[in-house]
Amino acid sequence: MKLMLTCKQASQIISQSLDNPLSWSDRIKLKFHLFICNACTRFNQQLRLIKSAVQRMKLETENDDTIQLTVDAKARINQAIDSNHH
Amino acid sequence: MNKNVNDWLNDHGDYLYRFALARLRDPHQAEDAVQETMLAAIKSDSFEGDSSARTWLTGILKHKIIDLQRKQIREQPLSDLIDLDASDTSMDDFFDKSGHWLDKPQTLDMPENALEQKQFLSILSGCMDKLPAKLAAIFMLRDVHEVDNENICKELDITATNAWVMLYRARMGLRKCLEINWIAG
Repeated sequence: MKLMLTCKQASQIISQSLDNPLSWSDRIKLKFHLFICNACTRFNQQLRLIKSAVQRMKLETENDDTIQLTVDAKARINQAIDSNHH
Repeated sequence: MNKNVNDWLNDHGDYLYRFALARLRDPHQAEDAVQETMLAAIKSDSFEGDSSARTWLTGILKHKIIDLQRKQIREQPLSDLIDLDASDTSMDDFFDKSGHWLDKPQTLDMPENALEQKQFLSILSGCMDKLPAKLAAIFMLRDVHEVDNENICKELDITATNAWVMLYRARMGLRKCLEINWIAG
C-alpha cells in the first residue's frame, strides 16, 4: 500500500468522504496526509463548511413563511388540476 | 372517492412550494414540482387517511424534484457526460503535474455576525448560480436534497465514477468561487 497521497488524490478522497464511508486504507492514508498538510486540511474544512451552509440555506427557505405561491401560480395549478380531473 | 384536492393546495401548497424552492432554487421549477405533485396525488390511490396529507404529499414531491433535476441533467448533450474526464481540463487546473495545489486553499469560516452570515450565504448562492447546470443539479440532489449516491446513480443512470467526478467538480468550483468572492471581497 502506497501511503503517501498527493494533494490532488487527497482532495478527491475528501470529496468522496462526503458521500460514502471511506475504505480502511483510504481513511488511514487521508489521516496521515491531513496530519502533515495544512492546505488539504483547509480544503476539508471548506467542503464541510459548504455542505453545512447549503443545508442552512435550505432550512431558511423552508421556514420562510413569506415565501408563498403567488395567486397566479395557485390559479394555474388549480386550472391544471381541473383539466386533469375531468 | 372524494379527495379534497383544492384543500390540499390551500393548506399545503405554500409549504410544498418552499420545500421545492429550497431544493430547486428556481421559482418556475418549484411551481412545476408542486403542480406535478398535485396531479400525481389525484391519480394515486395510496393515500391512507391515517397519515397526514402533508407528509404524503411531501413524499410525492421529493420524487418530482428528482425528476426535474434528472431532466435538467439529461437536457445537456450526452457527450458532455461521457467525456467528463477527457473534454474538460478544469479538474487539473487546481494542481500541478505532481499533484500539488497551485493555489493553496485558504481558511473559510462562517462569520459570526448575522449580517455577514447573510452576505456569505448570498455569495454562496451566487456561486451556485455560476456552476454549469448539470453540475449544479447533481450538487443540489446530493448536498441539498441529500439523495444518497447509490440512488443518484440509479435515478440519473450514471456510473458511480461519473457521479463522484461531477460532485468533485461542483465542490471544487464552489470553494474556489467562495475564496475569490468572499475572502477577497
